[in-house]
Amino acid sequence: MIRVKQVSKTLGGTPVLDCVSFVVPDRKVVAVLGPSGTGKTVLLRVLAALVEPDSGEVTFDGGRERLGFVFQTGALFDSLSVEENVALPIEEHFNLRPEVVRRRSVGLLERVGMADARILYPKQLSGGMTRLVAIARALALDPAYLLYDEPTTGLDPLMRDRVCDLIATLREREGKTQVVVTHDLDAVRAIADEILMLRDGRLTALAAAHKEDYENPCS
Amino acid sequence: MPWGLRRTLPRISDQVIRHGVGALPVVLLCSVFIGLTTAVQTSYQLMGVVPKYFVGMGVSRMVLIELAPVLAAFIIAGRSASAMAAELGAMRNSDQIDALAVMGVNPYRFLCLPRIAGMTVCVPLLVVAVELVAVLTALAISTLLLDVSSYTFMYGVTHFFMPRDFFGGLVKAGVFGLLIGTNGCFFGFNVTGGAEGTGRAATRAVVASAVMILVVDFLVALVFFAT
Repeated sequence: MIRVKQVSKTLGGTPVLDCVSFVVPDRKVVAVLGPSGTGKTVLLRVLAALVEPDSGEVTFDGGRERLGFVFQTGALFDSLSVEENVALPIEEHFNLRPEVVRRRSVGLLERVGMADARILYPKQLSGGMTRLVAIARALALDPAYLLYDEPTTGLDPLMRDRVCDLIATLREREGKTQVVVTHDLDAVRAIADEILMLRDGRLTALAAAHKEDYENPCS
Repeated sequence: MPWGLRRTLPRISDQVIRHGVGALPVVLLCSVFIGLTTAVQTSYQLMGVVPKYFVGMGVSRMVLIELAPVLAAFIIAGRSASAMAAELGAMRNSDQIDALAVMGVNPYRFLCLPRIAGMTVCVPLLVVAVELVAVLTALAISTLLLDVSSYTFMYGVTHFFMPRDFFGGLVKAGVFGLLIGTNGCFFGFNVTGGAEGTGRAATRAVVASAVMILVVDFLVALVFFAT
């Protein structure tokens, strides 16, 4: 479970997150909706400890090191092939023989349907392929939690369905707890167990089972 | 060998190849002209005043102590500090550095350490090459145009050679490499403002490196050569 308690963040004098609280139950997909520029990505970065909140706290059962993050751009390393991108976190965390690393990374790429692209470089991939490889890399350390920043934005309907199916599969078969920041309503309908709306720095619930957890104002 | 070091050494050697071997043609080209110009200027200033072997002495000591480390460092700063700042800036803008942090990979150890260590290793090696080529080209022009025989020139080079000159120059070069790598990484890591910010970071990395090279040059001169 992820618990976000009264998190506030101001950027450039503008309050982006204003006392935001919510919980993400285990094995659920929580979608955070909101118009562009409302702080969805900042919220996700606060969860991933990439941005320090001004106040409030975020806790992960089992620790934050069990976290995977899929960036909107994919954030793949340009100088590495698809397979090397996926292998990098494995190589950095485990002292394994190269053939074991290779087997694991190819296995991850097979899970997302990208094994055929393993020798390609990021600049040779489409936007959808980049997202799938980014998901494979995020899965490399077998995280309990996955955060997605606009995973379906800019994708064609077929690729969007593929990404949504993958997110749903990760929840159903592997019990991953996932937070998806998006403004893609079709994707939200397809994958979300709970939906939160971020507007003017505050969260409101559109469909959720734990309203009492996030509708408490700081005051 | 510890696992962390085994992972880092290949990255350091990659940087040495990219910024050292890659810079070799332009650095050697410049060193040819450093040698030619130094020989002509030394000859112009000393000829008729002191014996001819002082041309060899003047050229070699100027090259070893000052010209090779400083001019090579300027060339490498222009080439590598800007490249590092631009590369890391682009990685910052495209979330690649944040991706490393989220994966639990220390971005400083993964990206900065190999670059800084690589520059600290490769600048002294390049400076040795510059010194060799500059002295040889000075010898060539002295023999061909300046009426100084090769024996006389080399007598001046070897008779007045002091190990302190050579090693002082190498210490300078190592510190210059450290500065160039650190500036490239610092300005690249702290890029803000997209493509424009990346360009600004590249410029600042070169300017800061150039200024620091001159400041450190003076400080090392005080330590090694003031007495």
